[in-house]
Amino acid sequence: MATAETIRQPGRFGLLTASLPLAIAGLVGGVAWAFSVIGTLASALWIGVPLLVVFTGFVRGLANLHRWWAGRVLGERIARPYKPARTGMWPRAWRILSDSATWRDVSWLLANCTLGVLLVLANLLLFLSVLFYLVAIPIIWQTPAAHLFVQNFSLFTVGPRENAWITGVEAMICLLLWLWLSKPLMRAHARLARGLLAPGKKARLAQRVQQLTEQRTETVDSHAAEVRRIERDLHDGAQARLVALGMNLGLAEEMLASDPEAARKLLAEARESTGSALSELRDLVRGIHPPVLADRGIDGAIRALALAGALPVDVDIDLPGRPTAPVESAVYFAVAEALTNAAKHSHATRAAVTVAYDDGRLRVSVRDDGRGGAHIGQGGGLHGVARRLAAFDGTLDLDSPVGGPTEVLMEVPCALSSARTSPSSGTD
Amino acid sequence: MRVVLGEDLALLRDGLIRILTAHDFEVVESADNGPSLLRALLTHRPDVAVVDVRMPPTFTDEGLRAAIEARTKIPGLPVLVLSQYVEQLYARELLSDSGGAVGYLLKDRVSDVAQFIDAVRRVAAGGTAMDPEVISQLLTRPRIDEPLKQLTPREREVLGLMAEGRSNAAIAARLYVTEKAVGKHTNSIFTKLALEMSEDDNRRVLAVLAYLNTE
Repeated sequence: MATAETIRQPGRFGLLTASLPLAIAGLVGGVAWAFSVIGTLASALWIGVPLLVVFTGFVRGLANLHRWWAGRVLGERIARPYKPARTGMWPRAWRILSDSATWRDVSWLLANCTLGVLLVLANLLLFLSVLFYLVAIPIIWQTPAAHLFVQNFSLFTVGPRENAWITGVEAMICLLLWLWLSKPLMRAHARLARGLLAPGKKARLAQRVQQLTEQRTETVDSHAAEVRRIERDLHDGAQARLVALGMNLGLAEEMLASDPEAARKLLAEARESTGSALSELRDLVRGIHPPVLADRGIDGAIRALALAGALPVDVDIDLPGRPTAPVESAVYFAVAEALTNAAKHSHATRAAVTVAYDDGRLRVSVRDDGRGGAHIGQGGGLHGVARRLAAFDGTLDLDSPVGGPTEVLMEVPCALSSARTSPSSGTD
Repeated sequence: MRVVLGEDLALLRDGLIRILTAHDFEVVESADNGPSLLRALLTHRPDVAVVDVRMPPTFTDEGLRAAIEARTKIPGLPVLVLSQYVEQLYARELLSDSGGAVGYLLKDRVSDVAQFIDAVRRVAAGGTAMDPEVISQLLTRPRIDEPLKQLTPREREVLGLMAEGRSNAAIAARLYVTEKAVGKHTNSIFTKLALEMSEDDNRRVLAVLAYLNTE
C-alpha cells in the first residue's frame, strides 16, 4: 500500500535519552560481531551453522532497530534489504551467507561498536560534564582554600571564588558545545547506520523489480476484470436489446400488410428500445472513459463532476497542461470515488477539490466537512483507487479523524503536455 | 428554412439530411469537421444549425466550440447541439450568453422525428430545446431542492417541461390539461420561486433555466 507517512524526528533530549542505550547496543553489537565472524569461520565445520543462523537473527533484529532509529533521526524511512529467508537449516545458512546485506550488517557492527559508540558517548559525556560542573560550582564555592588542591584540577592556585567562576565558565562552554554538537553527533551516528544498513544499489533495484512485478500483476488483473465487466454489461444490456429490436422489427414487417395498426405499435416499441439501449451504452461509456474527460481533460471533467454531483463542490484547478490519458483517467476516477464517498458515507454538506501541479507531481486534494472516520478498507473503493494510482507510482493518503473533516490527498508523478488535446479514435 | 449541418459520421449525416428535407428544411451545407463548420456557419448565416458535439480533427468537442464561437460573431444564431451524451457543463456554456435560440439534445431524441422537428423549429424561432435528461439532473440537485419543495408534484412536472423549452400549449397537450390550467401552474411556480413573470414564452423559459442553473 503506497501511503505517505510523516516521521516525527526526536528532539535534543530525545536524542540524549537514547544515547546510553545506543552506546550499550553498540558494544553488544561488537560482541555479536565477534560471534558472527567466529560463526562464519566455524561454518566450514557444521557446528558453526546453527551458531550463524541464531546470531544472524539477533544481528538482523539489532540492525532493524537501528534502521528504525536512524530513520527517525534522519526523517526518512530506511528499508530492510534482506532477501526472503528459506526453510531448512542448510538453505537458510546458504541464503544468509550469500546475501550481501549480511556482510553489510557485519561491517556495520564493527563500525558501530567503535566509531558509532564514540559518537553517542561524546553526546552523552558533553551533557554529563555540564551537570558535573554545575554540581561542582557550589562545592568549590564553599570549600576552604586549604583543601582546594584536592578538588581543583586546575594547574593554577587561586581562591575558591575565582575557581567557582572558572568552573561556571567551563560549564557554559560544555553546555554551548553540547547545544552545538548534540544533533550533528547523533545524525552522524544515524548516517553511519544508514550508509551501511540501507539497501545497496543492487538490493534497491531488486526491491523495485519486486514492487513493479506486483504492481503489474495487479494492473493486469484489474484490467482483465474490467474487460470482463464490460463484456457482461454489453452482453446482457445493449446486445440483448438489439436482438429484441430485430425480433420486433421482423414481426412488424410481417404484420405490415395484415395488421398495420399492430405493426405501428411494434415499431413504436422498437424505437423506444433503441432509446434504452443507447442509454445503457452511455452509462457503460461513462464508466470506461467519460467523454467529457476526453474532450476537456481533468479540468473540465472534474468541473462537470462537481456540477452533476449531489454535493455542492468548490473546484480549484491550476494545471499548466494535460497529463497523459491514463493518468487523467486514474485521477478522474479517484476524485469521483472520493466525492461519492463524501456524498454517501460522510454526511458532508460541502466538498472542495483542488488540483495543482508542481515539481513534477500532480497533487489532488478532495476535502469534505462530513463526520470523518473513513478508512481505506481492503477491497473498498479507495483501496482500488490507491492501487490504480500505484501503477503510476502515485500515492493516496487519507486523513479522516472521527468527527471530520476528511481529506483525501493524492500525488502522482507525471509530465504535462502543453497541447490542449490529442486526437482520440472516439466518435460521437 | 435554411439549415447548416455539422456531423462527421456519414450514416448519421444522411439520416439527418433525409429527416430535415422531408420536413421542408433546406440543408445548405453539411460540414464534417470543426473549422469548416465554423466557416459554413459564418458564410451561410443559416436559419438554424444542427451540430454534433464531437467532430474531427481532435474528436473532442469541436462542434460545440464552433457553435459557441459562431454565436459570439453572430449573436442569437440559432444552434441545436446533438450529442451521444449530455453534460451539465456544456448546457451551461450554451445557455451562458442568455440570448436563447439554443438547443441541446441527446441524439436518441432524433428517433422521435416529430419531437425532433418541433425542437429544430423552436430553436429556429428563438426558443430553447433542452434535453429532459439535462433538466432532470438540474431538478435533482440538492442546492435548489429546498425552494422546489414548495412546488406541488404537478407544478414540478410543468417546471420540467417548461425548462425543456416547451410552450404552454405544448405542455397542456402533453399533460392532457387545458392551456389555462397550465397558465395557472406557471403563475404559481413563478410566485413561489420569486421569479419575474413575462408574457413571452422564451423569456419565461430562460428565466427558469437561469434559476435552475444557479450554483
